Amino acid sequence: MIEIENVSKTFTLHNQGSAVIPVMEGAKLSVQPGECVALIGASGAGKSTLMRMIYGNYLAASGRIVVGEVDVAQAAPREILTLRRHTLGYVSQFLRVVPRVPTLEVVAEPLLMVGEPRQASLARAGELLTRLNIPERLWGLSPTTFSGGEQQRVNIARGFAHAYPALLLDEPTASLDAQNRDTVLSLVEEAKERGAAIVGIFHDEAARQRVCDREIDVTAFTPVAA
Amino acid sequence: MKPLLQVRDISKFYGARLGCRDVGFDLYPGEVMGIVGESGSGKSTLLGCLAGQLAPDTGEVLFDTRGEGPRDTLKMSEPERRMLARTDWAFVHQHAREGLRMGVSAGGNVGERLMAVGARHYGDIRDQAIDWLGRVEISEDRVDDKPTAFSGGMQQRLQIARNLVTGPRLVFMDEPTGGLDVSVQARLLDLLRGLVREMGLSAIIVTHDLAVVRLLADRLMVMKDGHVVETGLTDQVLDDPQHGYTQLLVSSVLQV
Repeated sequence: MIEIENVSKTFTLHNQGSAVIPVMEGAKLSVQPGECVALIGASGAGKSTLMRMIYGNYLAASGRIVVGEVDVAQAAPREILTLRRHTLGYVSQFLRVVPRVPTLEVVAEPLLMVGEPRQASLARAGELLTRLNIPERLWGLSPTTFSGGEQQRVNIARGFAHAYPALLLDEPTASLDAQNRDTVLSLVEEAKERGAAIVGIFHDEAARQRVCDREIDVTAFTPVAA
Repeated sequence: MKPLLQVRDISKFYGARLGCRDVGFDLYPGEVMGIVGESGSGKSTLLGCLAGQLAPDTGEVLFDTRGEGPRDTLKMSEPERRMLARTDWAFVHQHAREGLRMGVSAGGNVGERLMAVGARHYGDIRDQAIDWLGRVEISEDRVDDKPTAFSGGMQQRLQIARNLVTGPRLVFMDEPTGGLDVSVQARLLDLLRGLVREMGLSAIIVTHDLAVVRLLADRLMVMKDGHVVETGLTDQVLDDPQHGYTQLLVSSVLQV
């Protein structure tokens, strides 16, 4: 479902003497449907960078990043938009939403975007928020005013609302209490059962043990000269 | 899927001074494209050329018309273009008073667009106007008030209602949230996003506000000195800018 071959990444800082910083070289990864692969490596090793390249948020300097039928490294913006809408989900560490939009709508939005009926979408959103212990009295409020942990859970609910065939998870269990952590890991297991291919970053080793089938150490992709 | 709008080699000079040069892109149905750049970068000139308000010196603007497929709007006759401007196209100005008739009631401002496309039944027009005022959160009891009695944010929402009532397929917006309080901006952003999604609108939004494009636009075009220096997915251009100018622009934004 996700095939990465020979991907490299450099950042060119035009306003700082045009410094060219190579950050990744020869990255390689393959994830089958129903499989969860963990990216590991110290902070700064490039876990998030690789994940952002898979999502098309960062441009790869070279190589192939194939998700489903689309090579994200080559695709036109609108092909990536379609891919993100239907196929490729991403739970980032930060919730970024239009202020004042109610939480229930924020979570239902990915479903509405793929044309699901409104009632069913809101019902699914409510179900996820309930599982993640966001009290119903908060559903009508914008999540921008919520605590960090609550925003994190809203973000997770949003990421799991639509049944994406491929899913990227950037530290989904960070800053969660034991019960919510358990819920998130169950959601990951359920996504695997329905055949989703998942790439995740988990600092929590026990979480990795529970849901991940393999680990990829991104340190192996660090450019030698750097 | 066919592009709704195909823009080819648009250049516009003001005498010897460059407005914009060699701009081209395709816009597909349901897509929102943002155009950013500082004042004087040519973004408003470009928007004016696309929307038929300025005559470019070179280029084509092919719009996929309902009846005859793609046609170069720059070669259309004036009446044809005017018809397009009040049916399939809409233009939301930065200053609401440029897009509204200030001497006509709120309901009249909305109803007038309907009458321009042939609506004649007073009751229907009024009902539809009230429905649209509701969608932009203007209550029914203000329908007979003139826009001069409205706040800036309400005027802007009224302008949007007036523009969208005829169900356009393409909306041009010039700094639609400029000059509004941030809380009013947020409400307007939410409204615009909902309308884009529900009506399947395509839109081209010119702004200098990167936060606005991040939330509204799927794709982004960065302009400097009349030229397009970078294009791409909005989040990719903002998070991994490739051109020196875009890097400067993104790193200059104050974080809150």
